[in-house]
Amino acid sequence: MDSGRSIPGAAYLLVILLVVFSIFGEGFATLPNILNIGVQGSVLLLLALPMTLIIMTEGLDLSMGAVLSLAGVVLATLLMNGHGLAVALAAAAGVGLAFGVANGVLVVLLELPPFVVTLGTLGIAQGLALVLTGGQSVVGIGDALPALYESRPFGVPFSIVSAAGAFLVFGFVMKRTRLGSYVSALGGNREALVLAGVHVNLVHVAIYAVGGLMSGLAALLLTGRMSAGHPTAAIGLEFDAIAAVIVGGTSFERGNGTLVGTLIGVLTIGVLKNGLNVMSVSSSLQVASIGVLVIAALVIDSALTALRRPAGSTA
Amino acid sequence: MKTVAYRLLAVALIATGLSLTTEAFFTLPNILNILRQASLTFLIASGLTLTILTAGLDLSVGANVGLSACLAATVMKSSGSIALGAATGLAFGALVGIVNGMMVTALKLPPFIATYGMLWTLTGVTYWFMGGDTIHGFSPGFRALGSGYWLGVPVPIYVMAAFLAAGGIFTRYTTFGHEVYAIGANREAARLSGIPVRARLNLVYTLSGAMAGLAAIVYLARLNSAEADIGEALTLPAIAAVLIGGTSLFGGVGSLMGTLVGALTLTLVVNGMNLRAIDANWQPLVTGAIVILAVWIDVVTRQRAEATV
Repeated sequence: MDSGRSIPGAAYLLVILLVVFSIFGEGFATLPNILNIGVQGSVLLLLALPMTLIIMTEGLDLSMGAVLSLAGVVLATLLMNGHGLAVALAAAAGVGLAFGVANGVLVVLLELPPFVVTLGTLGIAQGLALVLTGGQSVVGIGDALPALYESRPFGVPFSIVSAAGAFLVFGFVMKRTRLGSYVSALGGNREALVLAGVHVNLVHVAIYAVGGLMSGLAALLLTGRMSAGHPTAAIGLEFDAIAAVIVGGTSFERGNGTLVGTLIGVLTIGVLKNGLNVMSVSSSLQVASIGVLVIAALVIDSALTALRRPAGSTA
Repeated sequence: MKTVAYRLLAVALIATGLSLTTEAFFTLPNILNILRQASLTFLIASGLTLTILTAGLDLSVGANVGLSACLAATVMKSSGSIALGAATGLAFGALVGIVNGMMVTALKLPPFIATYGMLWTLTGVTYWFMGGDTIHGFSPGFRALGSGYWLGVPVPIYVMAAFLAAGGIFTRYTTFGHEVYAIGANREAARLSGIPVRARLNLVYTLSGAMAGLAAIVYLARLNSAEADIGEALTLPAIAAVLIGGTSLFGGVGSLMGTLVGALTLTLVVNGMNLRAIDANWQPLVTGAIVILAVWIDVVTRQRAEATV
């Protein structure tokens, strides 16, 4: 899995960004701001972890941001109507899981191209969120979720603890369980898995299902942060997740990738956004800068692939 | 051509259903309105069709329309020249297409992810450039391009007809057109038979960008105002129109005529929802479901075709 390079290229970029922003960005290198980067990056990490597995298996999920928005709206609406936090979170997770399973069935069992099909489920999730709310924010969600969100287990913000927990779970499954090795093999070695008698399709659908489930669970943090549900709150967040995965060194075409790389990718994007923010660059240009970052990462990746390829075998 | 005929039949069925169930449907103003709306979708989707015919994709068309329209509006307002503004929009749209082409050919990036990165780059730049402003109020001469009539028919329909004819001749009767299909059907075979694949792909992506620029001008004339979010809801319907029209995501199969039928189908559905007073918030859901259905039909058709070979 991590043959050839132990340090993802993004790590160098992250260090460079940290140094540049520490020198030029006033108030960047302070503890509150660093914690702020962690808090902002935590929702992104929840999406980027499953996105890593999806991209490793040569797929894509463009629906995550819309599904997260929908799950947030469901969560907020249930809280507003006086239901308990556990019930509301279970419903949000259920909505996410349903979309994830649907994506998995469409991509794996019906063999539809993932980038267009998940664009379709994006539309469905976005439409549902708009219809449920009439396009308005859902406010008045009570105190339970904001209180949980503001809590600091062991002195660390709740969202960072959640994201760290998710990272450890994903890391454990990928490194220590058979399921993890199936997922790693699925990208480049599907035939071997089939021959070994693994229920390949089941594993593959499960990867998309986890993507949906994590989008649903991430609604807890997003809704907690905003103290409201909004039908378009997370539109486009899937792009940040894809960007984090690509910057973290996972390749669309080779089926390799690491969760540590993705973590570094998430931090890189968080630091880039925050640093540009500190330097008063508009949030619109931050979006554009990530677009450029993704294209640059793809170009570097394809250049490295070309260099490694033996001479003479041009495509 | 047979598939296009089936799809036209579907359009006729939807239209018949609508005219039987809603009184306002089968009236001349509504029919012309549908055709005008379908023309705009067709213009955006036509260049996209070419990229999909080569087994590629251009996810940046909607965002390209957005930024091209905003740039055109700004130049029009500040210079007072319609021609200069329109030229700016067109040129910028084509420039985006050139960059997309280079990413796909020179840098060998997968088209869907390269143009997806372009989508967000353009979106970010558009919001930054507009800074929350709205530019509105253009000269009546320019607005006629989007909302005017000539001989009782909306002007965009003439634009659509002109580009459908040009594109149809281009794709069906020129070497270039045959080469586009050949690249989509089998890229390696196309290269080995001497087709300059990279040059053709560059041209296809440039055309896709230029058509987005053109659509931006017509769209601007129709809306009479430009805002940063102008292109946001356009990508999914454009892709839907191409797929409903029978163009295969796997390349080599499809036509511009099909895309027009796809644009008509989609517009009919949306029009029917409007006439029956269904909340506009349902539209992304319906478009999304249509996209999935169209891809499914595409894949099943392809699997059947492979099974019989």
